[in-house]
Amino acid sequence: MNELFRENILEHYKFPRCHGTLDPADVTFEDANPLCGDRIRMDFRIGDGVLKDVRFSGHGCSISQAAASMLCEHVQGRPLDEIKSIGKDDVLEMLGIELGPVRLKCALLALKTLKSGIWGVTQWPGEDADGAL
Amino acid sequence: MTETRTEPAGAPGALPAAPAPFDPRIVRADFPIFATPREKPLVYLDSAATSQKPHPVLQAMDRYYTTCNANIHRGVYAIAEQATALYEDARRRFATFVNAASPREIIFTRNSTEAINLVAHAWGRHYLKDGDAIVLTPMEHHSNLVPWHILAAERAVELRFIPLTGSGELDLDALPGLLADGRVKLVSFVHVSNVLGTVNPAAEIARIAKAHGATVLVDASQSAAHMPVDVRAIGADFVACTAHKLLGPTGIGMLWGRRELLEAMPPFLGGGEMIREVSLTSSKWNELPWKFEAGTMPIAEAVGLGAAVAYLEALGMEHVFAHDRELVAYAMERMAEVEGLKILGPAADRRGGVVAFTLEGIHPHDVATVLDADGVCVRAGHHCAMPLHDLLGVPASARASFHCYSLREEVDAMITGLRRAQKIFAR
Repeated sequence: MNELFRENILEHYKFPRCHGTLDPADVTFEDANPLCGDRIRMDFRIGDGVLKDVRFSGHGCSISQAAASMLCEHVQGRPLDEIKSIGKDDVLEMLGIELGPVRLKCALLALKTLKSGIWGVTQWPGEDADGAL
Repeated sequence: MTETRTEPAGAPGALPAAPAPFDPRIVRADFPIFATPREKPLVYLDSAATSQKPHPVLQAMDRYYTTCNANIHRGVYAIAEQATALYEDARRRFATFVNAASPREIIFTRNSTEAINLVAHAWGRHYLKDGDAIVLTPMEHHSNLVPWHILAAERAVELRFIPLTGSGELDLDALPGLLADGRVKLVSFVHVSNVLGTVNPAAEIARIAKAHGATVLVDASQSAAHMPVDVRAIGADFVACTAHKLLGPTGIGMLWGRRELLEAMPPFLGGGEMIREVSLTSSKWNELPWKFEAGTMPIAEAVGLGAAVAYLEALGMEHVFAHDRELVAYAMERMAEVEGLKILGPAADRRGGVVAFTLEGIHPHDVATVLDADGVCVRAGHHCAMPLHDLLGVPASARASFHCYSLREEVDAMITGLRRAQKIFAR
């Protein structure tokens, strides 16, 4: 069976963690992948240098939504310093698959949304200025 | 399985269906990509994005490079003359293919996009003034939207849109109203939609537009590759095409324009070949069509285009179209069996060989990925038609499209894959 649809990915896709919105949120950020229309919104509650709570919503392919679910589950309650060092390879490790350039964009949309939302940055460790390609 | 066949001309709106006398299996053998060894046989259902290339096209390009590679027009030695002859022969062939009045009306570009941009720059910037309007349609590829957005950002040119009907066709009853105030200088529309498959009544639209004094541009990227296109019968002023969808190479497109319009237009790109005389401070333009062909052109690609046109002419465009339409009817029939599958666009007898769809609960990217695991190539995304997808209320769609080498078994393979995707994503 296609590696892309490993059980863990399908499981997160069908039953996403940290799914929904926060009201009120300290920060809300939304980003989209223009190529395929994947869209992810994240709501954050931040305090004492810690990401106290995070929720994501939106729509998109299984990779983008599963990556968002895994990432949110991972960063929930963690210090921002730790979150800042999360990179492309960490997301791929969570997914447990190798991805071609097109699907890589899907996988990294959640990380981009997370980092843009908290720090306003669009780059992260292991990523060159041109983005995922 | 019985075949759905449309009644020939007479039924209003329905397109004539001629029998396809060629055997797609024999045609397919001319396309080396299908013979290339791979884990799973290639099921290629993405010909609307780009077509595969037959041996004669590849051989013609190879022969050009191996026997007479030289720059065209200025060389006086033998192989330069041969190269020039091949290049101009491709132009003549294409002119005949679309029934242009003269090969001088055929301008080589990089692709359809550049052909439309050429019109936007050389004609649009020259003739469109503040207060003028352009009529487009919501089913345009971005290539026939963005050049006009750029123009509209520079000057007060209003963009108007022919509305769509519920079935994904143009509501032509609304067109005279859009043209009524006399401000519309250009009506630019796609002949065959790359998403909906809709075959727009180009001649009728052109007739109405011309009656209101508008210039007419037709994006024939999909149509010229799949059905007979007669630029004079359509009655347009400009028609944009691309070679890579019509069995030719990437990197070369064709703009047909009515000669008097092209003569009156200033050039698009400046450089070598497009000039007659150059001094340090000014230049005089070359004659048509070279006025619009600056710099070294894609010569091998033109040669490939010429071979592609010859190949398609031998098949007969009416037969290619009939084959496409037979396959799309079969595909739609099979797709109707798949629960939760929604087809975008009109009935089979009103479309070309393109069928875009959504599958309930499964993102088109995931559909395409599951199919890819079986070697089935379909496109997923917005197909460079984001406004259309917005209008249809779907973020993206999957799309299957056909050409002369496509087989019913390929449709069957897709259906099997779709059912597998449903199993994988079942909650």
